[in-house]
Amino acid sequence: MSVLHIVNKSPFDRNSLDSCLRLAKADSPILLIEDGIYAVQKNTAAAERMQQALSNHPVYALRSDLQARGINPDNIIDGISLVDYDGFVELTTEHDKLQSWL
Amino acid sequence: MAIEINGKSYDTDEEGYLTNLSDWNDQLANEMAKADGAVLDENHWEVINFLRDYYEEYQIAPAVRVLTKAVGKKLGKDKGTSKYLYELFPYGPAKQACKYAGLPKPTGCV
Amino acid sequence: MASKKFLYVNRKAPHGSIYAQESLEVVLIGAAFEQDVTLAFVDDGVYQLLQNQDTAGIGAKNFAPTFRALGDYDVSQIYVERESLEMRGLSKEDLMPLTYEDEDDDWAEKDSIHVVSSDELADIIEQQDVILNF
Repeated sequence: MSVLHIVNKSPFDRNSLDSCLRLAKADSPILLIEDGIYAVQKNTAAAERMQQALSNHPVYALRSDLQARGINPDNIIDGISLVDYDGFVELTTEHDKLQSWL
Repeated sequence: MAIEINGKSYDTDEEGYLTNLSDWNDQLANEMAKADGAVLDENHWEVINFLRDYYEEYQIAPAVRVLTKAVGKKLGKDKGTSKYLYELFPYGPAKQACKYAGLPKPTGCV
Repeated sequence: MASKKFLYVNRKAPHGSIYAQESLEVVLIGAAFEQDVTLAFVDDGVYQLLQNQDTAGIGAKNFAPTFRALGDYDVSQIYVERESLEMRGLSKEDLMPLTYEDEDDDWAEKDSIHVVSSDELADIIEQQDVILNF
């Protein structure tokens, strides 16, 4: 059994990321999409939380959502993997369940 | 609504504005003008092309006050007056010229 | 019609909801009627002004370039809260350059964006006649 966790809200606007990090089992992957991708940048108020999350979870972020928002993919926290839509689909099919922290 | 040219149909909204910006071509503009009883000369085209460039850069159709000022800056002071633009486009320069340019109705126009 | 001081407070990120785009539309309408318009960007609203937004990949309209038309609409007072930028690891250099031409200074091109502290922004809010929130 494995669960893919999806976060689509900004960590500065909602507590979706915090709830996800509190309730996701160790090693289960986290995918950041839409406004959730604002958590990927270095030097933000969420960077420490993300750094910590990376020691327990693989973290992915959707590349086109970064591009839409003007977030430079070269300036993201080390260890976060960028995926395109194919990668998104692959992640969802690799896991039994999806948990979207809306 | 739609405009028919050579058997091809182009969708417009209920006020005659083109639905898809990318459908636009010179012939469409001429047809729209003809329906209003107008013939486009080089002065009309100058404004229409200006509007298309403006939309390309800013993703909006400018309000008439903004259009007037910007035309004056780009095409010369004598053309940047509402008198000049209303003579070319008597239904309202922003409204009518935007329609011929295939743009949406300017923001703030009622 | 006597002109009133309108402040638009923008607190939402640009593409996750319709607020940002709607706000910009209302701002342009207000400015077309020659009101005195001021914009404030606070919290995730600061993301609206980030450079290099390219929405082709998400199939949404990119309205970021429209901010650059604000100068043509005589909207030249744009305030960004410093604390909101810092919390997001951002500085003014990360934002689109927005300018206007100053009628009272031989049409010199000037910066529209001012990064201000929370205290300064609080004063700006106090000075308004009408405040609209997005």
